[in-house]
Amino acid sequence: MAYFTQQLINAITLGAIYGLIAIGYTMVYGIIGMINFAHGEVFMIGAFISLIGFMICSMLGIGSAPVAILLVLLLAMAFSAVYGWSIERTAYRPLRGSFRLAPLISAIGVSIALQNYVQLAQGARPKPGGQIVSGGFNLFTDDGFDVRVTWLQIIIVVVTIVLMAGFTWLIARTSLGRQQRACEQDMKMASLLGVNVDRTISLTFVLGAALAAVAGMLFLMYYGVIDFFIGFLAGIKAFTAAVLGGIGSLPGAMLGGLLIGLIEVFWAGYFSSEYKDVAAFAILVLVLIFRPTGLLGKPEIEKV
Amino acid sequence: MSVATATPLIEVEHLTMRFGGLVAIDDVSFTARPREITAIIGPNGAGKTTVFNCITGFYKPTVGRLTLRGGRGEFLLERMLGHEIGQRAKVARTFQNIRLFPGMTVLENLLVAQHNKLMRASGWSILGLLGIARYRDAEKAAVELARSWLERIRLLADADRPAGELPYGAQRRLEIARAMCTEPELLCLDEPAAGLNPRESAELNELLVSIRDRDGIGVLLIEHDMSVVMNISDHIVVLDYGRKIAEGNPAAIKNDPAVIRAYLGTDDEAIDG
Repeated sequence: MAYFTQQLINAITLGAIYGLIAIGYTMVYGIIGMINFAHGEVFMIGAFISLIGFMICSMLGIGSAPVAILLVLLLAMAFSAVYGWSIERTAYRPLRGSFRLAPLISAIGVSIALQNYVQLAQGARPKPGGQIVSGGFNLFTDDGFDVRVTWLQIIIVVVTIVLMAGFTWLIARTSLGRQQRACEQDMKMASLLGVNVDRTISLTFVLGAALAAVAGMLFLMYYGVIDFFIGFLAGIKAFTAAVLGGIGSLPGAMLGGLLIGLIEVFWAGYFSSEYKDVAAFAILVLVLIFRPTGLLGKPEIEKV
Repeated sequence: MSVATATPLIEVEHLTMRFGGLVAIDDVSFTARPREITAIIGPNGAGKTTVFNCITGFYKPTVGRLTLRGGRGEFLLERMLGHEIGQRAKVARTFQNIRLFPGMTVLENLLVAQHNKLMRASGWSILGLLGIARYRDAEKAAVELARSWLERIRLLADADRPAGELPYGAQRRLEIARAMCTEPELLCLDEPAAGLNPRESAELNELLVSIRDRDGIGVLLIEHDMSVVMNISDHIVVLDYGRKIAEGNPAAIKNDPAVIRAYLGTDDEAIDG
């Protein structure tokens, strides 16, 4: 029981990070029907900006961890949002209205370019991030096994919940969210009603990138080490999460992230950690075979 | 043939639209006046919807000028981008097939139409949406306007249902209400009576007349249902094979030989003659 609870806590932490990245995939897919394969790279850049941010904080002598985390959070979100906006503006918008595969290829190109850019600018070696938050407490002890929750895990889950709640509110309740959903359902009609579709698409990329940047920061704090290649695997996992939850569905992305976290951690915990990625992707294959629309996705309705 | 004497709301001059070798509209000119219902009729394929598509920026006319003179000044529609025509020139339209946002609620459909007003109030920022008073007031006013329209089209009780669940006739009315929520100067309706039963189409007549008389909006109407067209139009433009063959008030159009020929067909000899 103790071992199970410990795995559960670890899984939720990991799932929160995947969920934050998955939102970016699912929203972009929802609005322009394209998989943004460069999204994992935005996550990686968010992690690097966070690393730089934490270093600046320590240089400025900001000792308080909550203040530093908040500052770095805002910094990473802002910079990554600019990246997200620029990627859409330069690599996808010129290809809108072109054949379906063109933006996909362009996305892969952007992904490779960003990886190489960070490799050149920051070096290829893994970068240690240092420990920003340490400590934790024992939840309970069972059969001599301590179930431990670290403060960091609590921070990760709380930040994720707050952001996801805020984000859901933004989409469900504000004019901005209504415009976003309207474009998702009928872009031409939205445009006729005076909604600026291009700006809405940019906004989608900006929001997705900002959430990915938060995931990057949390990843840096959790694992303590990052390199230029972390975006690839995390990106594919989050994409799997988005498909698992039903691509295009926001609650689906959050749920999918959580499930991928659970699958991965429990597989590693009970079977073998070498094959945890295989387990996550095997689930993707099964979902695609038996429920192609994902857990919360709606079946595609042919527009006549 | 009567030519508009008052300042026209929209002036279509020498509009021509070619798709490759196909001439969909051939040198069509007409005007529509404010506070009037102007119907565009004609057999299938006459180019009516193409005229709408040119007015609302879906197509760029091959030749011609489309001038809108509303309360906000003069706009050359053929030079504007799609969303600008709705946003700045204040032209709203509906389609032959229903294009509501089916997954959004009835109320939300009407709020999307007022989105620019709301975003202006929020100062175009996420912080603004987080609750400055100006945005909250604007949101309240938008809901108010939406509700008043729902009352007029008798859908107030369905405000929170997904729009896609409404019965067909209600969806048609909602589309018109949504177009009106953009507070347009010109409302373009593409076959609003299609698929309606006689009772619903009588209700539609009432709604359109009230939009003309109570809201003072100019309406451009494409319609096949002659009970709608003849009852409520102030002015009728008849198209056939992309050309304008007649223009005038309903009584004149009913008796126009060219119109009768286009609708009922004629013997081969008569065409030669």
